Amino acid sequence: MRGAGPLLSVEDLSLEFRARDGTVRVLDGVGFTVGWGKTVGLVGESGSGKTITALAIMGVLPPTARVTAGRAVFKGTDLLAADERTLRRYRGSEISMTFQQARAALNPIRPVGRQIEDVIGHHTDLQPAAARSRTLDLLAGVQIPDPGRVYGAFPFELSGGMCQRVMIAMAVACSPSLLIADEPATGLDVCTQAAVLELIGDLARQNNMATLLISHDLGLLGERADRVVVMHAGHVVETAPTAALLAAPRHPYTAKLIASSPRPSVGLADLVTIPGTIPDFRAQLPPCRFSFRCDRAAPECDQPPLPRVVVGPDHVVACRRPL
Amino acid sequence: MPASPLLEVSDLSKRFPVRGSRSLVHAVDRVGFSLQAGESVGLVGESGCGKSTLVRLVTRLLDHTGGEIRFEGQEIGAIPSAHFAHRPERAKIQMVFQDPTDSLNPRFTAFDTVADPIRHLAGVSERRLLQDRVAEVADLVRLPGELLGRYPHQLSGGQQQRVGIARAIAVSPQLLILDEPTSALDVSVQAVILHLLAELRRRLGMSYLFVSHDLNVVRLITERVMVMYAGRIVEVGPTAEVFSRPNHPYTRALLSAIPTFDPNSRRERIRLPGEPQSPIDPSPTVCRFFGRCPEGFDRCAREMPALRHLGGDRHVACHLLDRDHDGEGPSE
Repeated sequence: MRGAGPLLSVEDLSLEFRARDGTVRVLDGVGFTVGWGKTVGLVGESGSGKTITALAIMGVLPPTARVTAGRAVFKGTDLLAADERTLRRYRGSEISMTFQQARAALNPIRPVGRQIEDVIGHHTDLQPAAARSRTLDLLAGVQIPDPGRVYGAFPFELSGGMCQRVMIAMAVACSPSLLIADEPATGLDVCTQAAVLELIGDLARQNNMATLLISHDLGLLGERADRVVVMHAGHVVETAPTAALLAAPRHPYTAKLIASSPRPSVGLADLVTIPGTIPDFRAQLPPCRFSFRCDRAAPECDQPPLPRVVVGPDHVVACRRPL
Repeated sequence: MPASPLLEVSDLSKRFPVRGSRSLVHAVDRVGFSLQAGESVGLVGESGCGKSTLVRLVTRLLDHTGGEIRFEGQEIGAIPSAHFAHRPERAKIQMVFQDPTDSLNPRFTAFDTVADPIRHLAGVSERRLLQDRVAEVADLVRLPGELLGRYPHQLSGGQQQRVGIARAIAVSPQLLILDEPTSALDVSVQAVILHLLAELRRRLGMSYLFVSHDLNVVRLITERVMVMYAGRIVEVGPTAEVFSRPNHPYTRALLSAIPTFDPNSRRERIRLPGEPQSPIDPSPTVCRFFGRCPEGFDRCAREMPALRHLGGDRHVACHLLDRDHDGEGPSE
C-alpha cells in the first residue's frame, strides 16, 4: 500500500540536549525525504547529527535530548508525535535500524538466533517452530555460511562482519519498508565492507525496501545511494541525486568533503584539508554554521535565515554563495 | 638493492597456543621482508590476517616463536620483549596506535605524554631541557603550545592523534610503525594527519611501516606495499605497480572493493565466498587462500605457494603464475 508522496519525510527537525552548562542545539531545521524503495545516503563528519537524526526518527532518543520542532512523517504518521504504543508497532516491523559496532549492539548473553526470534515473536504470531525456521532462512539470506551453527552462537563467538550480518537479518526479519543502517561498514575491512553494503542493496531490491544509509564516507555512498543528504553541524547543507552531487557539488562543504577523501584518482598533494572543526553548539551560532570554515564566506552569509536554494533537479543547497 | 636494510625480517613466525588443547594458532607464518632507511612500506590485509601480531613482533612487544628480526644489522628478535624496553633500540622503533582515545593515558596531560619517552628513553630529566624538547616536538606536529597542558578528553580526535605522533617521534626514531593511524578520524582530519605524516618523514628521514586496511590511504603514503593473508605475505611490490597490475587473486579482490567516488563505475567487485580458513593448525601443504580464491585449482590444495621474485621489485606467492604464463604473471 503505497501512498502518495515519499515514504519518510523529515521536516524542519530541531533537537537540543540539556547539558550542565546550557543547551546544546544539535539539530536545526533538518529536512529530507526518503522515497519508496530508494536508497538515501546521509553523510557528514562525526558530530554533524547523522545518528541523532536517525534516533529521533526511531523514537529512541536519550533522555537528555528533546525535539523542539519538526515532524518525521512516515506513511502518513508523524513519528515524533506518535505515542509509545504506535512506535512499538512500527519499530522492527515497519522501520528498523542497524547500529554501528554490531557486536556491542547485540545482547552479549543471548544466542543471536534467539535474538532474531524475539523480534519475530514480537511482531508476528508465528509458532516457535516456524519462527525458528524463519530465523534460519534469514541467516542464510544474509549469506551466513552455516546458519545452524551461527543460530546458537553468542556475539563474541562471531567476527565483526558476521555480527553485522546478524543485525541486518534481525532488522529485515519483518520485511520493513525502511531500513536505517548506521555506519554499517565502519570497522570492517574493505572486502567485508563491500560485501555488507552489497547485501543491504540486494535485500533492499528484493523486498522493495527503502534504505537510509548513514556514513561518514562519501566514497561508500557514491556507489550505493540514489540520493545523498549532506549534513554539517546539525544542518542539512546539500541534497542531490548522487551522480550530480559527486560530479558537481554546489555547497562548499560538500566540495571540500569530496576533495579531502582519499580516492583512486588523486595524489597526496591534491588531497585538500578542511580548516577548523564543527563549532561549539552552546554558543550563539551564525545562520550558516560552515561560514567560519568556508573560503567563500562573505558578509552576506551572516544574514539570517539560512537559505535553501534549488540549483537543479531535486538538488537543494543551503548556501548564499553556492559553487 | 642497497646493501644493508634498516629492518630485515626473515622466516618470522608466531604461534599462539590454544587453551585446553595442543593446537596452535598460526598468526604469523614464516614472514620475510625488508625495509630500507627512509622508505615507507604499507602492510594491508583484512582483520585477523596477522597484521597486528606482525607489528607487535617487530616492535618487540611480543616474542616470536621462530625466525629473525634484524634492525640495523643487529638481531633483536631474540631479546625477550620484557627486556627490550631497556635497550637502546627501543627508542629507534616507535609506534603510533590506531585509536588515540584508547592509546593515550587519560591521566597524563599532552605534555606528560610527550615528555615520558624523552625522560625514560633519552634520559633527559632536567626540567628546562625536557620542556624545550617537548615544545620542539609539539611544534613539529603543529600542536599549539597552549594545548600541552590539556588532558586527552579535552582534545579533539585530530589533536589527540597529534599527541600520539609527538610521543612516537619525541625520541627521534628511525622506524615509525603506524597502526591504522587515521581510521578513527573523520576524512577532513585524516587528510591533515596524512599531510603531516608525509612532511615528518621528509623532514626527519624516518622509515614508515604503515598498517591499514584502507587501500586509498595506503596508496597515498607508501612507496611499497605488502599484502598479507592468513598469516602469510602473498604479494609485495611498488605500490603504484601493485595497484595497477595486481598479481595475486587476493590483491585483485581487495582492489576491486575500493570505493571509487564514481557513480558510473559500477565495476564488478570480486566476491570472495565464505570466511578465511581457520588459523588453528592449518595444513602446511594447502594455500591459505584456497577455498576462497576465485581462481584456485588442484595444485593449490597440494602445495603451499612460496613467495617468489618476479623481476623488478615484485614478489608473489601464487601458483597461477606458472599455470598462466611462464613466470610472467597473469595478463590483464
